Amino acid sequence: MKLNRKRQTQLLRYAAHIGALIPFILLLWDWQTDGFGPDPIREITLRTGKTAIVLLVASLAVTPLKLVFGWNQLHPLRRILGVYAFGYVALHLLTFVWLDYGLSWPLIQEALFEKWYALVGFAAFLILLPLALTSTQWSMKKLGKRWTVLHKWVYLAGILAVLHYILLVKQAYTQPFLFAVVLVLLLVVRLKPVRQQVIRWRRAFVKKNGLPA
Amino acid sequence: MLIKKRTGYEIPSSEITPEHLYLSRRTFMKGATLAAAGALLAACGPDMSSAPQGRAPVDDSVAPTPGSTSAQTDELGDPLNDYEDIITYNNYYEFSTDKDGPAKLSQNFKTSPWQVEVGGLVANPGTYDIDDLRTKFDQEERIYRLRCVEAWSMVIPWLGFPLSKLLNEVEPTADAKYVRFETIYDPASMPGQKSPWFNWPYVEGLRLDEAMNELTILATGLYGKDLLPQNGAPIRLMAPWKYGFKNIKSIVKIDLVADMPTSLWMDSAPQEYGFYANVNPDVPHPRWSQASERRIGELGRRPTLKFNGYEEQVAYLYEGMDLKANY
Repeated sequence: MKLNRKRQTQLLRYAAHIGALIPFILLLWDWQTDGFGPDPIREITLRTGKTAIVLLVASLAVTPLKLVFGWNQLHPLRRILGVYAFGYVALHLLTFVWLDYGLSWPLIQEALFEKWYALVGFAAFLILLPLALTSTQWSMKKLGKRWTVLHKWVYLAGILAVLHYILLVKQAYTQPFLFAVVLVLLLVVRLKPVRQQVIRWRRAFVKKNGLPA
Repeated sequence: MLIKKRTGYEIPSSEITPEHLYLSRRTFMKGATLAAAGALLAACGPDMSSAPQGRAPVDDSVAPTPGSTSAQTDELGDPLNDYEDIITYNNYYEFSTDKDGPAKLSQNFKTSPWQVEVGGLVANPGTYDIDDLRTKFDQEERIYRLRCVEAWSMVIPWLGFPLSKLLNEVEPTADAKYVRFETIYDPASMPGQKSPWFNWPYVEGLRLDEAMNELTILATGLYGKDLLPQNGAPIRLMAPWKYGFKNIKSIVKIDLVADMPTSLWMDSAPQEYGFYANVNPDVPHPRWSQASERRIGELGRRPTLKFNGYEEQVAYLYEGMDLKANY
């Protein structure tokens, strides 16, 4: 039996919520059972950071996937994944300033301004904060056209997040570069000439194969 | 055999505390649970008192020395790190860039037979078998802080011998100014050596006077046991006033040379990693501060000490030098 669009979207929503919550549940579990290994702060920092960047990139992938494959039922995932990404970014920052630096302002200040990656990561947080706060239906209506303009900043947040990752590794760049490549692809698809070409290809493909658009 | 030498950087300790007495927090909790269960069982059954209690005796069969340390703290009074943490939290990029990777991926790494070739500008070059090195030079215990450039640290009871003893035996010539060390190159058993980001094998170097300093040892064990592969078995450098990465592991070659060697990290990122790599809270890494560190096993941070707290023993080596320029 083929699921209708609405049902599909519903199931995708549930899957997104569950998928995005699993890393949090694992964090709670390991917190309770002392399962973080020898350096718990590092482990918590890495896990919240990694989850945040994965969710942010996944959220940024929704629009290109709609464009390329016509999967419009993915649309609501953009917001769900984006809001969860912000949640993990907030946990990540909290771990840094609280667990790691013990809310000691001189230490944090020194770290922020002497660690490039910290500054870049903090900038990404500052961008994501208003986006998360205006992620409600109400704000969307209230802000109208300005909402779209405001939320374009997510691209910059994505770039800063990947830069943050590149800046903190010790010369073993395979993973952060992978994220960079994916992000560049996702951004390139949105450029007007590329986007139009992609849409033309898809229409031609659909016509030729006789599939519903 | 274990020779305890009294030096300025060690605190005398009259009590010998076997390793099995200081359990890690986790093991302690497990042990406590077991003991409680044992007590319960003993209370229920008529003849349960013979059930095993506590932990099995430590297996010393692999160790050349008893599984013990002479003190529970370093000379500053900070406790030793748990053996379990020392052998599972490692930076050893030849195996993996994950902290828990080296312990998992190095279990089949062959550390015997093993030979170390010592040559270059010396009067008596020679190839030493690891077993000969262990018996030829008395193995001393040295409790050292290990400060990683990533800003975490541990206190580790190493077992080894001063590098100066080996160097005296090969007799460096007057032209020898530096010591160059090389790790084994074996990509078949070291998967990390296939990584394209570095020019393998790992190379490190010391100035000859740094190498001759009393603190500089070649370590062959820790906690009274032979080193495990993830800790750099069978033989590694330990110069505790330098960042961890200077302390090259699984050494196969030691050369006395006239010119400053280029280390793997200098080659990989010269603007970030210099030849000296002395622990210094006042000289930040270009991308992060070095002012504080996290001691494994503690929550929160502690200030980093100049020369990792060994200023008294090593500051003379750098008199008149600009430590910011010579990072």
